[in-house]
Amino acid sequence: MTLSTDTIDGMTVVTLSGDIDGKTAPEVQQHLLPLIEDNNALVLDMSNVNYMSSAGLRVMLLLYRQAASQDSQLALAGLSEEVEDVMAATGFLDFFTVASDVPSGIAKLKASA
Amino acid sequence: MTLRVDYYPTRTYQGYKLRPGHPLPFGANIIAGGVNFSVFSRHATSCTLVLFEKGASEPLVEIPFPEEFRIGNTYSMIVFDLDVETVEYGYRMDGPFDPHAGHRFKPEQVLLDPYAKVIGGRDIWGTPPNWDEPYAHRGRLAFDDFDWEGDKPLEIPPEDLVVYEAHARGLTRHASAGVKHPGTFVALREKIPYLKALGVNALELLPIYEFDEFEHSRLNPDTGDMLMNYWGYSTVGFFAPKAGYAATGKLGMQVDELKALIKDLHKNGIEVILDVVFNHTAEGNEQGPTISFKGLDNQVYYMLTPEGYYYNFSGTGNTLNCNNPVVRNMVLDCLRYWAAEYHIDGFRFDLAAILGRDPWGAPLANPPLLETLAHDPILAKCKLIAEAWDAGGLYQVGSFPDYGRWSEWNGKYRDTARKFLKGDEGQTREMAQALMGSPNLYGSRGATASINFITCHDGFTLNDLVSYNEKHNWANGEENRDGGDDNHSWNCGVEGATDDPGVNFLRRKQMKNAAVMLMMSQGVPMILMGDEVARTQYGNNNTYCHDSELTWFDWNLLESNSDMLRFFKRLIAFRHAHQALRNRWHLQGHDQLATGYPDISWHGRQAWQPDFSQESRTLAFMLDGQHARGGQQPDDMIYVAFNSDWNAHGFELPQLPEGKQWYAFVNTALAFPDDITEVGQETRLEEQHYILVGERSAVILVGR
Repeated sequence: MTLSTDTIDGMTVVTLSGDIDGKTAPEVQQHLLPLIEDNNALVLDMSNVNYMSSAGLRVMLLLYRQAASQDSQLALAGLSEEVEDVMAATGFLDFFTVASDVPSGIAKLKASA
Repeated sequence: MTLRVDYYPTRTYQGYKLRPGHPLPFGANIIAGGVNFSVFSRHATSCTLVLFEKGASEPLVEIPFPEEFRIGNTYSMIVFDLDVETVEYGYRMDGPFDPHAGHRFKPEQVLLDPYAKVIGGRDIWGTPPNWDEPYAHRGRLAFDDFDWEGDKPLEIPPEDLVVYEAHARGLTRHASAGVKHPGTFVALREKIPYLKALGVNALELLPIYEFDEFEHSRLNPDTGDMLMNYWGYSTVGFFAPKAGYAATGKLGMQVDELKALIKDLHKNGIEVILDVVFNHTAEGNEQGPTISFKGLDNQVYYMLTPEGYYYNFSGTGNTLNCNNPVVRNMVLDCLRYWAAEYHIDGFRFDLAAILGRDPWGAPLANPPLLETLAHDPILAKCKLIAEAWDAGGLYQVGSFPDYGRWSEWNGKYRDTARKFLKGDEGQTREMAQALMGSPNLYGSRGATASINFITCHDGFTLNDLVSYNEKHNWANGEENRDGGDDNHSWNCGVEGATDDPGVNFLRRKQMKNAAVMLMMSQGVPMILMGDEVARTQYGNNNTYCHDSELTWFDWNLLESNSDMLRFFKRLIAFRHAHQALRNRWHLQGHDQLATGYPDISWHGRQAWQPDFSQESRTLAFMLDGQHARGGQQPDDMIYVAFNSDWNAHGFELPQLPEGKQWYAFVNTALAFPDDITEVGQETRLEEQHYILVGERSAVILVGR
């Protein structure tokens, strides 16, 4: 799992690459928590995440809730079809703001800001 | 997570950190820093926890339970630092192999935990398993933190239910379903709008506990088709949803997927009832495989003859020993788990008469299991529905020990309705009972003790009930010997499909007549999946072994049989609109409220003069809506007439109160679109004192 942070159009975008599962979820959490605290909006580029396990889904939801609890926003951009299907089937998708790619994720968050 | 002072290892074994576990709850449960394992065996001499990497044939480690980890007859242990997503587990039990004494310990076999909440090994439906894998059904761990967002079981009053019996896979497996993941829980979610539009508010699913579709799988010698266990009445694990019914089963996420489905059904006002099979397991008899119970403690879990053979009250090889206190508690734990964790609204108990037998098979006057379930605090609002018979000849329809809680699949309703429908003589008196919710069977229990049905998964579909005189089960590979012969069916003149328009019109009419009976009866109606669009199984009345277009719901029928679908929808909507049809308690035939009319009155070709003679095939009744629900929720007058005779008959209508008039809602003698109106748009009768009911027809009138 690698995570890299950029600023695009004044918005913080984190690109995640690799699988999010029981092994990598703690790392994802550690990396993202301070970013959530420092930003009121965050786009996660998920296009290089091919697999999210149950534990991975749970960590993402905890992060999302953490963001919501301090009035900041989180969008998942560029979910692969496979990952989005799994999230839909397990009910997790309903909780998130999703966008087809990073630019539309930025636009979505700016529109609702 | 609150810190605990006792979650530290007290010893290590081959690098694994351990400490004595909590005996309760049984099963494998994720706790802070580790997993708590607990399993019961009374007669084992030792127990070993076997851990695997997901899917591996060889164990990661085998950890014998130290003697100080045993409390009573339970072995419990906490193992720290496991990867809860990739670990699989099972047990080895050592003990005597002495079948005569009931013991069949087999320490070389890794055993599935009866409390396993996720079971791997059959992750994708129909993928042929590795037959050489010694540990075929593998315990896994489950997250129990699904976010229900305030959902809870709906607790719809039983009198308001319209139940739809469906196969979780069969509903969406057909190519015509147009879903992304056919045959799965998530696909079923896509069909919720259909169920809602149909008007049903309870979905009763055929077994969804983990079972092995490859049990007794074989090729049909005639057709070469693969025959497998499609229905699933053969439980491998009572606490685990069937992985192969989940699109995410291959990732082990079936728990979340099923919960997401249930949450969505609830959001749409639809309850979930599970068909549960506690009468036997997938382990068969002496020849069957050792998967779990047999090797854990055979003598406790199964009913055995004095010689140590398996009693076979289930007709499938073994019988779960459900009135043994340990087994009884397992059943209770299981149902509580499904009610509390999955928000299940009700349970239908397969061959429930077995649950009232003692460990030697004798029927108990006061069966502890049934009493326990009836009074359990967590199950208190769950519907408990008994299939009140078993394969050992115990038939308890009307006499099932109910404790004021249990209702029954009313098998006598089914038989009576079928006989009356096809025009058998001598049925009107019984049919009148059936229409009232069978007070002759459930006098002290109320109408909602009766789950009324004419068809269910076991037997003909409604279309086949009016298209076949005989079963046609050749595709099952048993030379047409299997399946029931007491179908009380009538083919309307031709056996099977025909293009004779007269026969087809009559069949449609008969299906509509049956729907009218079901929806106009007091009690709880149950519809079989697809009957609303005249689904056929080509005369096969025992399709347990077919996972094919024979059993799948063909969604093309929505268009080709749209007239039937419209008829069902409107009829169900009428039932929901008229509380006079939905009384919890039996109607009395008296005018307790002095309205001038009895709550229910019986009529025939002459008003107020029902014909209950042997030759009679006509029957009519009127409900005085002022009596609806004890007079608390007044309704219109409703008049329903059935003519099962092959000649049309005129029926004199009872006089309505001053100012009210009769309006026609249904007349099955009329072709589409005149067979039924929209609810509330009924047509005023020109002739208010008399109606002609065509041959083999039914009418419904509203007086307002």
